[in-house]
Amino acid sequence: MEDMKDKKDMLETAAPSEEFSLSDDRRVKVLSPGQLVLKRFFRNRLAVTGMVILLAMFIFSFVGGLLSPYEEDQKFYRVDAQAKDYAGIVHNEEFRYTVGDKELFKSTVHAQALKAILQGKDSFEYKGTGYTLEKLTDDAYVVSSGGSPVGIASKELVNPSAQDGSVSFEFSLAALRAKASGEKTFTAEGNEYDIGEDGIITDKSGTEIAYVSQYIVRAVMSDVFFSRELKNQLIDAVEAGQKSFEYTDENGVTAEYILKYDAANKSWDVKQEIDTKVFDTYSAPSKEHWLGTDRNGMDMLTRLMYGGRISLIIGFVVVFIEALIGVVLGGIAGYFGGWVDGLIMRIVDVFYCLPFLPIMIILGAAMDAANVPSFTRMMYMMITLGILGWAGVARLVRGQILSLREQEFMTATEACGIAPSRRIFRHLIPNVMPQLIVYMTMGLGTTIILEATLSFLGLGVRFPFASWGNIINDVNDTFVLTNYWFIWIPAGVLLLITVLAFNIVGDGLRDAFDPKMKR
Amino acid sequence: MRKYILKRLLQSVIILFFVAFIIYALMRCLPTSFIEAAARQKSMQPGSKSYEEWMEQLTVMYNMDGSIISGYFKWLGSMLRGDFGDSWKYTVPVLTKFNDTVWLSFAMGLISFIFELIIAIPLGIIAATKQYSKTDYTISVIALAGISLPTFFFASLLKLLFSVKLGWFDLYGLIGRNYDQLSAFGQLMDKANHLVMPIITLVVVSMGALMRYTRTNMLEVLNADYIRTARAKGLSERRVIYHHAFRNTLIPIVTIVGGTLPTLFSGALITETLFAIPGIGYASYQAMIAGDIPFSMFFLVFTALLTLIGNLIADVLYAVVDPRVRIA
Repeated sequence: MEDMKDKKDMLETAAPSEEFSLSDDRRVKVLSPGQLVLKRFFRNRLAVTGMVILLAMFIFSFVGGLLSPYEEDQKFYRVDAQAKDYAGIVHNEEFRYTVGDKELFKSTVHAQALKAILQGKDSFEYKGTGYTLEKLTDDAYVVSSGGSPVGIASKELVNPSAQDGSVSFEFSLAALRAKASGEKTFTAEGNEYDIGEDGIITDKSGTEIAYVSQYIVRAVMSDVFFSRELKNQLIDAVEAGQKSFEYTDENGVTAEYILKYDAANKSWDVKQEIDTKVFDTYSAPSKEHWLGTDRNGMDMLTRLMYGGRISLIIGFVVVFIEALIGVVLGGIAGYFGGWVDGLIMRIVDVFYCLPFLPIMIILGAAMDAANVPSFTRMMYMMITLGILGWAGVARLVRGQILSLREQEFMTATEACGIAPSRRIFRHLIPNVMPQLIVYMTMGLGTTIILEATLSFLGLGVRFPFASWGNIINDVNDTFVLTNYWFIWIPAGVLLLITVLAFNIVGDGLRDAFDPKMKR
Repeated sequence: MRKYILKRLLQSVIILFFVAFIIYALMRCLPTSFIEAAARQKSMQPGSKSYEEWMEQLTVMYNMDGSIISGYFKWLGSMLRGDFGDSWKYTVPVLTKFNDTVWLSFAMGLISFIFELIIAIPLGIIAATKQYSKTDYTISVIALAGISLPTFFFASLLKLLFSVKLGWFDLYGLIGRNYDQLSAFGQLMDKANHLVMPIITLVVVSMGALMRYTRTNMLEVLNADYIRTARAKGLSERRVIYHHAFRNTLIPIVTIVGGTLPTLFSGALITETLFAIPGIGYASYQAMIAGDIPFSMFFLVFTALLTLIGNLIADVLYAVVDPRVRIA
């Protein structure tokens, strides 16, 4: 029936050439079996759709990577304002102690001095030593012993202005005295200094040496030093009740400072919000990144292209290895029969029984433990998958050859005296090809799924290489599952339609190869 | 028939012997990460022996000294006495852990298998009877899509839809947070609720193959001479399909279904892992990742055994249901 239909088709195609007689051979277009198969294949609309999808996928994966403006593992950055704890400011409400003489003004004496101040006494005694208190202001007292000052208890502190500067006790004392009495100048350690209304102390040349302030500004990180200007800004902001301000330091870095009053510690926490370059992770689809970026700040679309390349290559290599081993061993078993057949088929049985996925998982875990590099890992995976998968091919080839061997055309080749190698490769193998091609096409789909599953579990293709499976791997993070559809859905869809296309094409090929097919 | 089964059983034993050996050799060749990790951990403790000493002691303790061949026969010997050793990871006898987990997997597998049969066989038959119609195309594409659907992707989609968007089911696990406060019936319902998504995943992913198989076989039967005869007799189309054709389609289906039954015990490794269902698949995945040799050995050999039994059942059933087939 099929043949008749085909002939009819052929007649139609040759119809315009009227000049040939009806019995003329040239009226009939002769099609080879291969052409017939192609013809049947292209008549199957579903199979053609599958073919088109596959073609598109190949272009996407192999050409797309070249067209994409980005590299496979090119990372993208974005500028992000990150607020980090920067400083703490305390408005000093307690007496702090500046020590002049370590022996005579120990911390135990600090407490005695405070007690005396609070009780309003002007002298106290501790362990047989007499101390006198001299009141400068309500907030500053000088503690002396034996006529010479040994320490200061004050709420205002004298701080050095320079990063590596320090202030001596004598200097502090003189400065506080001057500030308390409202003098404009004072002398300490033989040098003369000016002190301003705002507590800033300068030397004769006008350089700022130190300042007196009731605010204490502490850095959160020990390696940070505040410039005088920043400190002033901070204190101004605290006094003005500002929530935030911007400040550009001497290096030209502008940052925003956010102040927050912490009632528990009676202090202001300062956060520095500085623009930092960070990986552009999980950014939503945009003009630059059509499918957004992934966990590592890489362009998703480009990753998908390279991932497709790897998934397809792995599929092809594995299926090729399977077919190679399977055809050779299956062919030998089928052609020679006897004990060779028995032996090979028992080996096939053993391989058929080996649980595929568990073995791959164990190997993956072992390669994890051995820290195998990503590329070597991929190689091992392809080889193992190929070795584990050949049994099916061998069975198919053997079965085919067993049945073909008994057919008349093989007896004819034998009768014609054709050499065995020619008999195998010219007459047997081509007849096995149809089933083999169908099997391999379907096998490609299965292999791609398997590879994706392994990569999904983190046991297959590893970073920095992309594969559709390890792109979806991110979905293990529930946050990604919930919020970032563009990370995992496109990869899954590509995977699904690729495998689907392989299966459809395989199906179509099977139908096309089958001459008994009605269509 | 008895002779055939005996022969096949004997063959299976030999195959299993080699399969177990390959698996054992493979596991022994791997870096014994489990023992190393344990030794490292123990040597960290204050006042402990050195790492090397621990390593030595643990290697002996876990029977990992000696060659692969002698180790294999030792394993084989204790296995034949029904002793599979203790699981390293779970620190209980392997068989205890197996018994704890396998029934959940079996229940899950059986339920999804029944659904699979209920859905796949009728659809396959409908597709075959209406060959080349829209219905046929739709069913064929659904079947192919089921085959092509990666389990993990489908499971993730289900999670997104039913857990995240609709909030009907929990994302992971077998029991809910308030499991202990529930009544016995409530506990059962809680477990059932958690099994819905895994079962849907299993059914959708596995039904495609059976659907296609049914369709192909039904088509073959519909082209047979006896169907033409039945039609020629003037029987109604209903009777032809559901009486004459259907029964004949059942022959290969029963065979394949019988062959699949044993594998219900091997659990669904991927699905269980994705949904954190504590069945045999999940337990063995964890064991394999941790390098737990006794448990992995047991699971792998068990899986191989199930495959062999499945093949045997399929072949025997084939002869039993189809009187035309004789096996010698």
